[in-house]
Amino acid sequence: MTAPPLIDLSAVTRSYGKGEAEVRALDGVNLAIAKGEFVAIMGPSGSGKSTAMNIIGCLDRPSSGTYRFKGAELQALGNDQRALIRRNYLGFIFQGFNLLPRTTALENVELPLIYKGLPPEARLPLARAALEKVGLSGREAHDPAQLSGGQQQRVAIARALAGNPSVILADEPTGNLDSHRSHEIMQLLQTLNRDEGITIVMVTHEEDIAAYASRLIVFTDGRITRDETTGGRT
Amino acid sequence: MLWETVRLAFRAIIRNKLRSFLTVLGVVIGVASVIAMVTVGQGSSAQVSANVASLGTNVLILRPGKQTMGPGPRDNATPFTLRDADALSTLSAAAAVAPTANTSATVVAGSANRATQVTGTTAGYLAATNWPLVTGRNFSEAEERAAAPVCIIAETVRKSLFGATDPVGQPMRVKSVSCTVIGLLAPKGTGSFGQDQDDLVLMPIRTVQKRLEGNDDVERITVALRKSVTAERGIRDIAALMRDRRRIGIGQEDDFSVTNMAEVASMLTSINSVLTGLLSSVAAVSLLVGGIGIMNIMLVSVTERTREIGIRLAVGATSAQVLTQFLVEAVVLSILGGTIGIALGLGLAFAAAQFMAIPFAPQAGVIALAFCFSAVIGVVFGFFPARRAARLDPIDALRHQ
Repeated sequence: MTAPPLIDLSAVTRSYGKGEAEVRALDGVNLAIAKGEFVAIMGPSGSGKSTAMNIIGCLDRPSSGTYRFKGAELQALGNDQRALIRRNYLGFIFQGFNLLPRTTALENVELPLIYKGLPPEARLPLARAALEKVGLSGREAHDPAQLSGGQQQRVAIARALAGNPSVILADEPTGNLDSHRSHEIMQLLQTLNRDEGITIVMVTHEEDIAAYASRLIVFTDGRITRDETTGGRT
Repeated sequence: MLWETVRLAFRAIIRNKLRSFLTVLGVVIGVASVIAMVTVGQGSSAQVSANVASLGTNVLILRPGKQTMGPGPRDNATPFTLRDADALSTLSAAAAVAPTANTSATVVAGSANRATQVTGTTAGYLAATNWPLVTGRNFSEAEERAAAPVCIIAETVRKSLFGATDPVGQPMRVKSVSCTVIGLLAPKGTGSFGQDQDDLVLMPIRTVQKRLEGNDDVERITVALRKSVTAERGIRDIAALMRDRRRIGIGQEDDFSVTNMAEVASMLTSINSVLTGLLSSVAAVSLLVGGIGIMNIMLVSVTERTREIGIRLAVGATSAQVLTQFLVEAVVLSILGGTIGIALGLGLAFAAAQFMAIPFAPQAGVIALAFCFSAVIGVVFGFFPARRAARLDPIDALRHQ
């Protein structure tokens, strides 16, 4: 008996609206992701890939079907319980970085630790260590506005790392970056996946970005139409 | 954890100085005006009470002409005479009687001069008005009879004519009459209507009548009643005597008035407290408006910070934590505003007290109340925006531009 997959969606449906106007963003999705995988999700817009990410990220709930995380069923959890899952197991990276403006890099990275209830003396070393991991030592006191796009995304990655997550969910992490910075960010994510054993689930629409992952999943019209293991570009 | 939240609130407030300032402006103005109004009101109440004490209790004032309220032209009733005053002093109810004749005149001493009020009266005036001398002496009976050129001056006149020198024994000129200063009155301060009560020169009444006015008129008579006598009985006795002396037939109205100064004093006190209450309630309304201002800007702030809230929710904040954050921010802001408002209000009240020459009377209770009230405003008007922030959907919030 092998351990259950880290993320396990079975027959997950997510629909918006009612009756005639009902739209099925996800239509009976089955997806299992094991610990340590680096998964890229691709698909045209409206294919359901973002909805799948939101459900995996406990930001949204499936309309039907089950979502097991570490073997526990999550689909029925309330808002606050899902917030606790996000706080303790998940880290988010967004296309638009989503850092707090007029707030230093260090304070941004501290944010999830504050909600974990850590006192300053416990969270400051953790936040500094996370910034060091993404190569931003010495930039602790910089505002997002004083940092380049690539650096901002590194701060966001540090913030995701600070809470010591099992999974990092990246929603088009390179969408706002030029190709040079994009590849730097992808190499960073790959390193975190390989060296820290962090599971990464990433949505992207760029083939060469998806190529960094070890598994590619393609969504079309709310269903998975392709699911293959790839080499993982180096 | 709460301390942590308060620290975070301070951070957020400092991060947005202009917005924070605009948010609290309403509360600052509201609290400042309440504090200023109440403090000035208390000060002027204290002033009125002091005036009441200086009037002496049980003082009645007789004037020719029918009863009218306040200043203004009186009808042409016959003036009183000194014989009326003598008759009044024979009443058992009267402790002291002081007839007065007033005129305004320029007084000169050396090279200094001043336009002031000259009141002709008798030695009984000081007892009737409960006004002691600092130095010198009262008029003698001989001086009163002889219309002697002597005068007693009050503080303001002393200051502008004699400065540092002792005025007693000094020569002084009132219009064209050369006279000698024989006494100095104790300072009395500002009167109930804001007039300077110390801008005054007293002379024997005959001196004023004969040498300054050229008539025998007595404009008013001040009667201090004996302690054991009620004002009602005093008024009745005086009215009966005066009706008799002025030959007013039965059924005819009095052609003179008797004013009870205690009544005037209590009227002034109540006018003062009504005014203070009125102004304070206007100020309280502005405090309410200030609270609504906080709510308004907090609501805008929630919309503006939707994305921030989304980020906080995504990294694992519960809706209770978001609610607490916004609520604490609102309370910290309004307490900050309240504190600034208290300081500003006390400053304004102090300046007003200096300007109006009334005592500066800060009220610890009112200050504490204003402080608590501003905290309550933060809770009440911060709750609705905070709840709205806490109820945001993280996906929508993150997508918000």
